[in-house]
Amino acid sequence: MTLDVARIRKDFPILERKVYGKPLVYLDNAATSQKPRQVIDELVRYYENYNANIHRAVHCLGEEATAAYEEARAKVAAFINAPSPECVIFTRNTTEAINLVAYTWGRANVREGDEILLTQMEHHSNLIPWQRLAAEKGATVRYIELTDTQTLALDGLENLFEARTRIMAMPHVSNSMGTINPVGKIAPEARRNGTAFLVDGAQGAPHLPVDVQAIGCDFYAFSSHKMLGPTGIGVLYARKELLEEMEPFLGGGEMIRRVDFEGATWNDLPWKFEAGTPNIADAIGFGAAIDYLNDLGMENVRQHEIEITEYVLNRLGEFDDITLYGPPDPRDRGGVVSFNLGDLHPHDIGTVLDRHGVAIRAGHHCTQPLMRTLGVSGTARASFYVYNTLEEVDVLVEALEAAREFFKR
Amino acid sequence: MSLREEYASQESELDELYRDIILDHYRNPRHRGSLASPTTTHEGLNPLCGDEVTVELLVDGDRIADVAYKGSGCSISQSSASMMTEAIDGKPLEEVKRLSADFTAMMRGEETIDPESLGDLEALSGVRKFPVRVKCATLAWHTLEEALEEAGL
Repeated sequence: MTLDVARIRKDFPILERKVYGKPLVYLDNAATSQKPRQVIDELVRYYENYNANIHRAVHCLGEEATAAYEEARAKVAAFINAPSPECVIFTRNTTEAINLVAYTWGRANVREGDEILLTQMEHHSNLIPWQRLAAEKGATVRYIELTDTQTLALDGLENLFEARTRIMAMPHVSNSMGTINPVGKIAPEARRNGTAFLVDGAQGAPHLPVDVQAIGCDFYAFSSHKMLGPTGIGVLYARKELLEEMEPFLGGGEMIRRVDFEGATWNDLPWKFEAGTPNIADAIGFGAAIDYLNDLGMENVRQHEIEITEYVLNRLGEFDDITLYGPPDPRDRGGVVSFNLGDLHPHDIGTVLDRHGVAIRAGHHCTQPLMRTLGVSGTARASFYVYNTLEEVDVLVEALEAAREFFKR
Repeated sequence: MSLREEYASQESELDELYRDIILDHYRNPRHRGSLASPTTTHEGLNPLCGDEVTVELLVDGDRIADVAYKGSGCSISQSSASMMTEAIDGKPLEEVKRLSADFTAMMRGEETIDPESLGDLEALSGVRKFPVRVKCATLAWHTLEEALEEAGL
């Protein structure tokens, strides 16, 4: 294996716990990842040593907290190769980042008769904000269809866009099927067409090396909690020119420059988009998570997931009545494996697996239209990260065999 | 408890959840389909997991003259719907409402209800040990209650 998983596992206290008397096999990483000691310690260090509100304090704690918060932003910027930390807006999560774009950029730029282009594999978080915007503006929403192996049916990128396609948004990696989308190929075509391009990176940034400048997207959104960091902190990357022309999302303290009874002017980037006291502690904790991932190396993280996904696909392929979704080649997908087994419902599989200590997700994965496209009510989904082992895959397979036996009776 | 005993207890809890009668209803659903001319039709949806149950009722005076359901979802949600149709078919509305109240009370774990008084429906009491699955078992009954309410019954 590329990563020293045995050493990595020692950093994650939760992996020592038992579930129903059995070792925890945590395979729900696409929902949220576990946290290493380094991140947990950083949160404690902040609250025990320099907890203070940021930016306007004239005291020592405030200065330390401000420096740590802004250092976390710089780490995020470097992690995705953003041209500058000004382009990194801290949000609550991916969902809030996408909503920010839909509300500010979207309201100012999408007009009646315009088109919003999405894919059939959208998470609800990259679907509902656009549907609402379209309804408000009288715009239409079009969806790129899928091939038999749940990749985007892109025959001829030049025909992808209509003249009035104002924005296209798509996931970097499908949370339901693991499909990696060719965002770097699509971005230049979008630019040529004058179409803004947003990448939902919730499943991208945690698992792939991401270079937003190389991709060439206008917006890239992701969440800390899926990449070893705390919940409640997420990121919107956007090109500086766009951020400068966009109106603020939320109004309040921090985002202003000068306030009069008659009106106000806005703060510089990125604070123009960060009204109110931000999630200081979790941003700093997120910085520690990024340090951890950088130590592992994102190329190595990616390689580890290819290795484990290849093994999972092979082992699950041993079941003659299994349906696997997504591209067959592990290099074309992230560490997400969705499946259905015989006539077992995913929830029933999930419940039996849970009693074996195996945590997976079962259901529609917040992609209801996609599930209808696939003709299923849901799937069982195992998703992997840096601390997962091949032995855990074997436990998953044993538990699936047990589930099948159990329901045969 | 030894590890072996603990494993055995996990297995028996699973057996309690998936009692034979539940799996029988899942594989051989009763009253599954549609009625020719229902008095009322109501669709129930569990947005968390996507389980769907549509209940159709033919009400004749103050009793359920016929009932059907269709839907998709896990074995608990679909077998509970099937068991419900058997329990309410031909019954007076008053009794159906009481049964519905008693069933949901049982699933909430209220001790005033003697599960044995609910006949076959008692088989679903094992679901209580799996809190996230309780909503699967109650979906059909909540849909029934909404159907009756919508029809002003």
